[in-house]
Parts: sequence; structure tokens; C-alpha cells
Amino acid sequence: MSNPLESKQTYQEYVDKQSPNSPILKNCFNAFWVGGLICTIGQIILNICKQKGLDTQISGTIVSIILIGISAFLTGLNLFNKIGKMAGAGSLIPITGFANSIVSPAMEYKSEGYVMGVGGKMFTVAGPVLVFGISTSILVGIIYLIFNTQNITLV
Amino acid sequence: MSNIDWGAVFNISSLLKCFIVGGIICIIGQILIDKTKLTPAKILVIFVTLGAILGGLGIYQYLVDFAGAGATVPLTGFGYNLAKGVIEGVKEFGLVGAFTGGVKAAAGGIAAAVFFGYIASLISKPKMKKQ
Repeated sequence: MSNPLESKQTYQEYVDKQSPNSPILKNCFNAFWVGGLICTIGQIILNICKQKGLDTQISGTIVSIILIGISAFLTGLNLFNKIGKMAGAGSLIPITGFANSIVSPAMEYKSEGYVMGVGGKMFTVAGPVLVFGISTSILVGIIYLIFNTQNITLV
Repeated sequence: MSNIDWGAVFNISSLLKCFIVGGIICIIGQILIDKTKLTPAKILVIFVTLGAILGGLGIYQYLVDFAGAGATVPLTGFGYNLAKGVIEGVKEFGLVGAFTGGVKAAAGGIAAAVFFGYIASLISKPKMKKQ
């Protein structure tokens, strides 16, 4: 066998052979089961709400509030970033990531004070999320108004 | 009233569908993190915006009907919720509804995020780097 470090290409093949678990596969696997698990916790809360006779809208809101509350406090206790390091998008993409994105910068800038430090930096990431989410939804509403409810707009 | 049918709460079929769909949405996010140079913040923005667009087109509703929390808990579900609220608002109040419906539908989540976020930041101990 030739020296695996001879050329760039053979070196690349050598590296590929030596690292059977490519990180992206491992990352995706972790993201899958952690993300799935967080959603499943949400589904269990949702099913309990349904059993209590609450409607879909308020049940969904309760799920969001509970998951946001839990992840906000886990972030505050420095536990969420440990989960996040392992799970990647698995904890970022669920609504837990939204809460984490509020608490993380707020903690970091706590030394700048409780109004502009915590109160202001909370929205470093959540701000853009709300800006684009709400703006898109308003556009959706205007387009819906034009194309689906002509009887209201044109009268 | 407080008699909960735990068999229905832990309905394997609904939990499994939720787990798989929620997991797949997170895999999409993970691929974006690993294969593109997008920051996590931008990925969150993309997911919410995409959810609002798919919600507005009525496509995301199918996923919600199929997977329940598997579709609503990821941030695309937040966007879907905004769009759904806006459409309900438009049906009821016309143009004003386009401005009120979305935030109204997502009010619980936004308010909880602001409130718990602030409290959790207050009680947190910032990690001091040891010199």
C-alpha cells in the first residue's frame, strides 16, 4: 500500500476511510431524536389538554408556553447549552430554540444593566424572528384578502 | 372532568407521527447548519418565514393535521400559527385583521417568551470566564 499522505486526493480518501461516522450523519441523528422528543413532549401536553376538553388553539398556546418556560429556565441554569451542543438543530428548531435565543444574549449582557442590557439584548435574535414572521404573516393576510375574499375588499 | 384517559394521552400512533415529523424538520435545520454558512439566527428566521408562507398557502395545515405537535412545535409552526391567525382575522375584520390576527394567535407564545425570558435572565448566573 502506498503512503496515504502522498497526495491530496489519496489523503482525502484515507481520511474518509478512517472516519466512518461522518459528523453530519451523527449531527442529523442527534437532531432527529432530540427534536422528535421535544415535539413528542409537546404532543403529550396537547393530548392532555384535549382530554381536558380544551380547543385546539388554546391547547397549542399552552404547549408553547410550557415548552418556552422550561427552555428559558434551562438556559438560565446553563443546562440548555449543554443539550444544544449535542443536539444542534434538535433543540434549536423547536420553539425551545426561540426561548433559548431570548435568554442567551440577555444573560451575556446582564452586566450592562437590567433595562438596556437584559431588556434590550433579549431581542438580538428573537427580534428578527418576530420582524420577519409577523411581516410575512401580514403579507399573507393582504394577499389572502385580495385573492380569496373579493366580496369584502371590493365592496 | 379531571378523569384523564392516559391511554389516549399516550396514543402511540399520534406520538410516533409527531416524533418522526418533528425529527425530520430538525434534520432539515441540521443540514442547513452543517452545509451552509447560515447562522442559527438566520435559520430561525428562515423557518418562521417559511412556516408563515406554507401556512398561508394552506400546505402546512396538512402537516399539522398529520403530525400535530410534530408540526406546530418547530418554529415553522410558529409561522404557521401567525399566518393562520391572520387569515382568520381577515375573514372576520378584513384588512385590520391582517394586522391583528397573527399576533393575537401567537400572543401566548410571544408573551411567555418575553416574560419567562426576562425572569430566567434575571435569576441566571452569567458564566464568568476564569482568568
